[in-house]
Amino acid sequence: MGYSRYDFTPLLHSIDQWLYSVMSPAWALIVELTLIGLAFLIFYALVGLFLVYAERKVCGFIQNRVGPNRVGKYGIFQTIADFIKLLMKELIGTKDADKLLYNIAPYIVIICSFMAIGAIPFAQGLLAIDFDIGILYIISVSSLSVIGVLLAGWSSNSKYPLIGAMRSGAQIISYELSVGLSLLTIIVLAGTMQFSKIVMAQENGWFIFKGHIPAIIAFILYVIASTAETNRGPFDLAEAESELTAGYHTEYSGIKFAFFYLAEYMNMFIVASIAATVFLGGWMPLHIPAWNGFNVVMDYIPPVIWYFMKTAFVIYIIMLFKWTFPRLRIDHLLTLEWKYLLPINLVNILFMALIVLLGWHF
Amino acid sequence: MTNYQFMFFLLSAIIIIFSILTVTTRRILRAATFLLFVLVATAGLYFMLRFNFLAAIQLTLYAGGIVVLIIFSVLLTSHISQKLEKASISKRILAAIAAIAGAVLCIITILATEFPTVTPNPPETDIHTIGQALLSTDKFGYSLPFEVISILLLAAMIGSIIIAKKRKD
Repeated sequence: MGYSRYDFTPLLHSIDQWLYSVMSPAWALIVELTLIGLAFLIFYALVGLFLVYAERKVCGFIQNRVGPNRVGKYGIFQTIADFIKLLMKELIGTKDADKLLYNIAPYIVIICSFMAIGAIPFAQGLLAIDFDIGILYIISVSSLSVIGVLLAGWSSNSKYPLIGAMRSGAQIISYELSVGLSLLTIIVLAGTMQFSKIVMAQENGWFIFKGHIPAIIAFILYVIASTAETNRGPFDLAEAESELTAGYHTEYSGIKFAFFYLAEYMNMFIVASIAATVFLGGWMPLHIPAWNGFNVVMDYIPPVIWYFMKTAFVIYIIMLFKWTFPRLRIDHLLTLEWKYLLPINLVNILFMALIVLLGWHF
Repeated sequence: MTNYQFMFFLLSAIIIIFSILTVTTRRILRAATFLLFVLVATAGLYFMLRFNFLAAIQLTLYAGGIVVLIIFSVLLTSHISQKLEKASISKRILAAIAAIAGAVLCIITILATEFPTVTPNPPETDIHTIGQALLSTDKFGYSLPFEVISILLLAAMIGSIIIAKKRKD
């Protein structure tokens, strides 16, 4: 196929072979791991900075404002300036806080999002680990980040963080179910959990088109549930600034606060990438069966650009959510999950299984 | 020492150190956090054995589920200044005897067992095999245990709903 001209596998293989030829296998492995880690760290920082800028611009757009426009052209250096400010700020803790847990909580949150990003395919051959349980791995790793939130809330020794952490815990645990079940709907259709195979299966049509009605329902449910799982508005009860100042990270300052902030944006990015990969074809260009000329033209656009365009689209939807809808109340939030999303999801899986068995998908 | 052995020793060291810290710390939430590290390192061992499915389940159920439940209940019930009291001497001696007896039993069993040598890189157990074994009714199928566990979980769920339900007085 045309898109394989952008395959990263030969390039990465030649780097791998070169490393193994110049040094011992043990050192080659260590160097490779370090390089991958560095690449992800840089990627992480860049995406984080860009997303904060994008969020402020989208917010400005919705509220009929300009948004940041002073530092650099269109304010593009605003987030870098903010980041430098955060780096230099003094770290202030609370009295009688559990210092050990208080200090490791930001790292737990950030390590979880770091682990999840390793399994996401950015382009053909461009992913760190290709598990046969890819989706399950990402769900399980991202379910750990709630521990960081709970620990941060409790160890701060302060009321607002504790309330924020409790809300966040209840919310993440319940919405995880909907996230998992809506992804399971697509696993039923795909027959695999491996990300590379899921993307390859969407060569002749993305799953949201192939699975038509149940896939579209699953996509909507996934976007709602994952917005809630990443603690973003209108489900941002965990940090509801009008009631709880900032929720679980009220007592954090400087770089530790920046870690929570960055992890929140990275979680949004990961959630959007999963949505893009599982429902919208990941890096796979848009192919319509029998439209060969169209498919050839689409193949000329590099997969990395396809991937980032789709992810940006989902991120834009999630940002629109935040600035459009008012915040829910905690009991409404849990009612929405347990009485609406979960039953719809369960019926939807049965519906999808029926469609797959009868062969009514494309 | 190969990378594989290095990772094994690293993970084992994490498991041993944090297991000891889990039972010796006086603060209950710290104990839960150390337990989390033990469980995550165990998942790491499963990943080393290429039991990816089991590792992911370990992370989801134990680390993401049970530890979260423990932390959640600690959050609801205890205050940050609370520390566990030191146990009395007689309790400590009894606990030590029980622990040593258990350890001796385990070590004797492990030493007496003939472990078959395996190839350094065992093949991955893919989810298709696990799924088919779980739902097959053949000789090595797990259909019956699967159903029995489903009924058990259903019963537990009904029980918890009844306990949590508001009573009409």
